[in-house]
Amino acid sequence: MRIILKSIAVIGLLLTILPSIGVFYELLSHQEYKYFMLLGTILWFGSSILLKGK
Amino acid sequence: MLLDKLTAHLEEVKEYEREPVPASRWRGFKSFLGMYAGEHTAGTEFVIGPLFVAHGAGAMDLISGLFLGNLLAVLSWAFICAPIAVRERVTLYFMLEKICGKHLTNAYNLVNALMFCFLAGSMIAVSATAIGIPFNLPMAKLTDWLPSGLPWIMIVVLVGTVTTFVATLGYDKVEKFSTMAAPWMILVFLAAAIAVLPQLGVNQWSDFLQVAQNKIWTGTPLPGQSKFTFWHILFFAWFCNMAMHIGMADMSILRYAKKWTAGFASGAGMYVGHYIAWLASGILYALFLQQNSQNLEFAPGPVAYSAAGITGAICVIIAGWTTANPTIYRAGLALQAIMPKAKTWKITLIVGSITTLAACFPALVMQLLDFVALYGLILMPMGSIIFIDYWLFPRIGLHSNLAALKNLNVNMAAFITWAGSLFACYIIAKTTGLEIFFLGLPGWFIASILYILSSYIFQKKD
Repeated sequence: MRIILKSIAVIGLLLTILPSIGVFYELLSHQEYKYFMLLGTILWFGSSILLKGK
Repeated sequence: MLLDKLTAHLEEVKEYEREPVPASRWRGFKSFLGMYAGEHTAGTEFVIGPLFVAHGAGAMDLISGLFLGNLLAVLSWAFICAPIAVRERVTLYFMLEKICGKHLTNAYNLVNALMFCFLAGSMIAVSATAIGIPFNLPMAKLTDWLPSGLPWIMIVVLVGTVTTFVATLGYDKVEKFSTMAAPWMILVFLAAAIAVLPQLGVNQWSDFLQVAQNKIWTGTPLPGQSKFTFWHILFFAWFCNMAMHIGMADMSILRYAKKWTAGFASGAGMYVGHYIAWLASGILYALFLQQNSQNLEFAPGPVAYSAAGITGAICVIIAGWTTANPTIYRAGLALQAIMPKAKTWKITLIVGSITTLAACFPALVMQLLDFVALYGLILMPMGSIIFIDYWLFPRIGLHSNLAALKNLNVNMAAFITWAGSLFACYIIAKTTGLEIFFLGLPGWFIASILYILSSYIFQKKD
């Protein structure tokens, strides 16, 4: 379970940073980048809180 | 039931205010990495980075000035503050009591607590700029000092209440919160800056330096703002946390460290928060200025929201919290030293209320650079006193911890040092026109010399 949560946390962080690079290289629109960031935020905090509880 | 449980927990919060931290509570280097990264990648970064742009810092001055200034700050933590912290393992306030006497320490603690309240207040104000976005809250301008209206005050009170509640739960909760948010927060700063670069004209990485010089850190201050040079930036980066390292306030935190080398963990805060985050927030503000020409509105929340959407706004809120929380905690410790019998959580509640009141005034945010410099300068002489008292006095035949030794309420040598060095800094500023950012360095040496001379006179007289 911890491994799954840690993986989700890492995915959350990747979704926070990588979409901005996508915008820089014109692979993503600004709106898409903002959605991905928000998803990354939810995944990061959700998994981190659960990990702290364990 | 829940209230009883909470009250029971609050009663149990123990922070070793008047005793050395036991070995069972010591923490490793990694724990401090997270704490420093969290604390210094915070709400202030959303203000300081843009203020460098407003003050017309040049791109190369900023990049090199921040690098060197931050290096000096890390070395100050590692070689000045941490060694004494891990040898003594007591709070700054308890240490001061032993050296300066109870009454002088109380005076220092009051000033210190007030300064911490103002700093935490500015961070609550920063968080409030993000909370106000859905309500179309009118934001303050660079020149504003007073609250913009009742909605602003209501939002500030809401943010202040929540922040204070978290702080009353003690250091553990603060640390967990900071550690959890830190890696995410720095990535949001970074991502927001990268994503807006094309809008500033950076289409490939090689364009960055040219755009940085021409469009971001142009070297031209905004109307009504003073000009910042390389030296302003270097000294600001070094001394913006002067109260914490040279001023020894972080003894209260680093006393939990297993080894003095935990002082180097401050590098995480300096190079992530005070380097990358300051550059990133400056980029965001430069774009805001480009899109809103002549608009002197200064609100980190809307700037981050425009660059990173809801995530940006959440980041500003959390960034404000991660600074305000430990700062309120520190202010609580300062007052606890004056009222040792009062419960920590009750003190924190009082501190939180003062902080929230201060947060209502946007002047705290707009004048943050000067305030931060002033706050470090006022508290610095006591750090110098501790340093000299601890390392030099045993070697030159003078008594350390004189107040504890002689049961003094006021160590006159320490009082003369504090008042005298600040007066000397004031005279230097008045006669030479030297700005406040530069006064810390001569001030430290003046304080050290004054303390040695006055201690020699008073101790030999006895």
